[in-house]
This record gives sequence, structure tokens and C-alpha cells, in this order.
Amino acid sequence: MRVLGLFWRNLRRVLREPLGLVGFTLALLLVLSALFADVMATHDPIGLSVMDRLQDPSAEHWLGTDQLGRDLYSRVLYGGQVALQVALIAVGAALAIGLVLGMLAGFGPPWLDNALMLLFDTLRSFPTVMFALAVVTLIGPSMGTVILVVVLTSIPTYGRLARTQTQSLKHAEFILAERAMGAGMGRILTVHILPNVVGPLLILASMDIPVVITIEAGLSFLGLGVRPPTPSWGSILNDGYSFVRNSPWPLIAGGLPLILTTIAFTFLGETLRDVFDPRIARER
Amino acid sequence: MTLYLLKRLGLGAVIVVIAVTLLYTMIHMVPGDPASVILGPRASAEMRAALSERMGLDDPLPVQIVSFFGDLLVGDMGMDVFSNRPVTTIVFEQLPYTLVLIGAGVSWAVLLGVPLGCYSALHRASWLDKVVAVLSVSAIAVPSFVVALYSLLVFAVALQWFPAVGAGDRGDLTDQIHHLVLPAFALGLGWVGYLARLVRASMLEVMGENHIRTARAFGLPERVIVFRYALRIAILPTITLLGVGIGSLLSSAVFAEIVFARPGIGKLIFDSVSTRNYPIVMGSVLVTTVLFVICTTLADLVNAFLDPRVRASL
Repeated sequence: MRVLGLFWRNLRRVLREPLGLVGFTLALLLVLSALFADVMATHDPIGLSVMDRLQDPSAEHWLGTDQLGRDLYSRVLYGGQVALQVALIAVGAALAIGLVLGMLAGFGPPWLDNALMLLFDTLRSFPTVMFALAVVTLIGPSMGTVILVVVLTSIPTYGRLARTQTQSLKHAEFILAERAMGAGMGRILTVHILPNVVGPLLILASMDIPVVITIEAGLSFLGLGVRPPTPSWGSILNDGYSFVRNSPWPLIAGGLPLILTTIAFTFLGETLRDVFDPRIARER
Repeated sequence: MTLYLLKRLGLGAVIVVIAVTLLYTMIHMVPGDPASVILGPRASAEMRAALSERMGLDDPLPVQIVSFFGDLLVGDMGMDVFSNRPVTTIVFEQLPYTLVLIGAGVSWAVLLGVPLGCYSALHRASWLDKVVAVLSVSAIAVPSFVVALYSLLVFAVALQWFPAVGAGDRGDLTDQIHHLVLPAFALGLGWVGYLARLVRASMLEVMGENHIRTARAFGLPERVIVFRYALRIAILPTITLLGVGIGSLLSSAVFAEIVFARPGIGKLIFDSVSTRNYPIVMGSVLVTTVLFVICTTLADLVNAFLDPRVRASL
């Protein structure tokens, strides 16, 4: 109950900021439309209807149709599901792995710290898309590949942050006191350091969601992500790109939700950071 | 300083070596041998054997990696299996196109973003400051490949102001610039936002410092204070940002090159991925990784050079 109250109070703080309100509303709409895509869709997202190809928006097809006559509005809804799924799984996994490795680097012996930092630097040294292209060449395109690429390239960011946080806590008095009372490394890390480290990482994660959604859409646009006929905003954009001289609607339908989503989560993330990170708050 | 320089360069080299080894190992972990993947299922056993021989695929993995590095030292990254031309030649033919694109994108972003940031800092909390703040966040948020696609749709297909395909005729500079406008626009838009925000923040910080107050006390005109004293310091973090940002610039360049069908290293990698042309993928990923490590290292060095605290901590 206390947690719920705390959540509610903090949510109100976020919603008082105009950017936070816009971001939260858009993000909520996105999540709801993805959750209820089955109910809200007017057509089967992969149902072909060659007679109705590349139509403009109408009462029947709210956003028009693509080159195979599939209803773009329904495809966009289901594309949102894919985007959110990839984002949640990938960000969750990267956060968890980065958190563990980062805390180990921050708390463990110097050789472990150096080794992990070298690993982070190496993973970070591939430009994401280049890395993705290389991985896709090797293991082939699929949703799993997209998630793997995102997890591998974002671990360093989380790891570094967790490391810095852990290091700054390492010599804090309450940790020293715990040690003096004989607490082991496991207990100190999980019971005392973890709760203090996880906050900033969650803010980072919320700012990472639009980035991940963009990577998924980007790879699917290149034909290297989610496999057809599964609708993804990226593959809708790919269809739109191929038929850009015939109809603008697939491009518009695939791009708009992507723009709105990235803006929504960015606004939300920025506000969260301003509200919860007093060091950088208000100076912007 | 020299020690730090050596340390940093050493680290850069180690990262490149690990990265190449990783890539090499991954290529060999793929089920099926690369030769049959490249040649396809209909290749005869002799053809596969010949290709394996030519690519050195029969040697044990560590030997292959060492010989790859050995060749690399003399600038040899192997042969393209399809055209039979050296990978180095192919990659360095394409690289200038990408560098020009990145240069153009960054240039217009700097020319617009820095003045916007300055203006916002000097007119803090004015309506324009607020508008710039929201627009900056939005520009950063919107994926550059969506900007590329939408500008293709609006300015190349609907309005037909700019060409949609290629890099322009060789030797015809006007035509080349004409072809560069849209991709550079798509590449730079987000950076206008980044730069405006960063310059605003660092400008606000610098304007509150002692030497600016001293300059004010001396009665120097505001214009001189802003441009000669404040901006000179406030601009420094942008150098670091650009160095670190080379990775995302390269990523955006891949998309811009594909959307506008421009030659360049991104298009090269993309095309070789579709044909599973490992030597080219390897070569271009290697070159971009080296480029990336060089840029981040340079940025770190500039940072260390300017900030003694960073220097001391390393």
C-alpha cells in the first residue's frame, strides 16, 4: 500500500510538468492500443486483398492500404505490439545483466573491474547498426536477433552507471557499518547496494525504450529485423519506401506512430530524470 | 600527458584487436562452413575446397586470426570473393562518400545548433528558449531514418525539389551538392537539438563564472564577453560530444545512404550482408570500428587536455 501511495505521489509530480503530461498520455495510449490491438483492429493485419491495394484512407481503411491490400491501421496497431515487446524484453535483459556486471565491477577486486570495463569498452566500440548488420549476417534476421543486438550494445551503458553508483556507495558509512557487523558481500550487494543503484538505472531504461524501438524499426526497415508478414512499423516503412511513388500512405502510417512513440518516451524520460535526479534538475 | 596518450592509444588498439577477434570467432561459430554459405548449395566440392584454400579457411582459427592481423599491418584485408578485388580498395572507395555526408550533416547542425543554444542561454526562460527546448528534445527523439524517409517523400517525390537517388555526377559539384542536401538534412536534424541543448547548458555554466564577472566589471561590451570569452569555453563539450557521437552518426549514415541510394560504406555493408560477403563485411566493420575508436579516443584526449582533473584520474 505504501509503495502504491509513493508511486501515485511521484506520478502526480511527473504529470504536473507539461512535457511529462504529454509524454505520459502518449505512452499510455500506445501501451493501451498495443494491449487491445485485437479489439481495436478493424481488419486482419496480415489478410491480403489484392483488389484494394495502395488505397488512400477511407471509412473502410482508416489509414489506407499497402501494396498487398492489407489494412494499414490494423497493421500499425499490431506493429505497436511488436515494438513494445522487443523494447521491454531487450531493455529488461540489458538492465539486469548490466546491473549485475556493473555492481560486480564496482565492488569486486580491481582485476575484475578492469576486465569488465574492457569488455564494456569493446562492446561499445561497434557502432550499433554496423554491429547489428554483422550479427544479422551471421545468425540471420529474426526478432531474437534484434533483441540480442540491443542487449549486447546497451549492457555497457547500464554496467557503467551501476559501477559508478556502486563505487560511490562502497565507502559510505552505512556500508562500512554493515561490514563491521560481519555482513557478507552477497548480502551487502543485494540488500544494501541494489536498492540504491536501481533507481538511476530505471530512469536510464525509460529513456532507452525509444532508442530500442527505433533500432527494431530500423532493422525491420532494412529487412533485417522482424520477419514478414508479422507487422512492424519498420516493415510498414519498408513497404512504403518501395512504393513511395505510388502512395504516400504506408510511409505516413509507419512513420507517425514511431515518431509519436519516441517523442512520448523521451518526454517522459526527461521529466522522470528532472523530477528524480536532483543533481541535474531545474538547471535545464 | 605522454603517458596518458600512450595508455589511451594502447587501449584503443586493444579494443580493435578484441573486436576483430570477436567478429572472426563469430563468423566461425556459424553452422556450416563459410565457403558453402558464400557459394550456395549448388557449388561443387572442388569449388568449395578452392575457396576455402584461397580464404585460408582450412587453417585453425587462431592461425587465421593472427594471419589476418599480419596482413592488416600491410593494409591487406583480403579479397572480395565476387569481384576478386582487394577489400581495402573497395572500402576506401566508398568511405569518402560517407565522410562527406557526415561532414555535411554535422556542419549544418553546428551552424544552426550552436547559435540556437547561445541565444537560449542568453535569453533564458524567454518564449523562444522554451520553444527551442521542446523542439530540441523532439528533434533528438525522432529517428533519423524516419526523417530521411519523410524528407524523401515530401521534398523528392511530392515537391521534386531535390533528387531522390544517388550522389550526383562525378565532377559536377553543383549536382553533387544538390544530391547531398536531403541526406545531410536527415543526418543533422537530431544533432541540431543535441548541440542546442549542450551549448545552452554549458553557456549558462560559463556565464556564471568569475572571469566573466571580471570581464563585466571591466565594462566590456556584452557582445565581446559572449563571443570572445564565454562561447570559446562553452563550445568545448560539443567537441567531446561529436567525438563520442561518431557511432550514431555512422549508424544514421547507413540509413541515409540506403534511403537515398547513395554510395558509401553503409550501403556497402548492407549490400554485402544481403549476399553474405564476409570479407567485405569484415573489412568495412573493421574500418568503421577503427574510425569510431579513433574519434572517441581523440575526444577523450581533447577532454583530458582541457581538464586536468580527468588527466589526473587516469
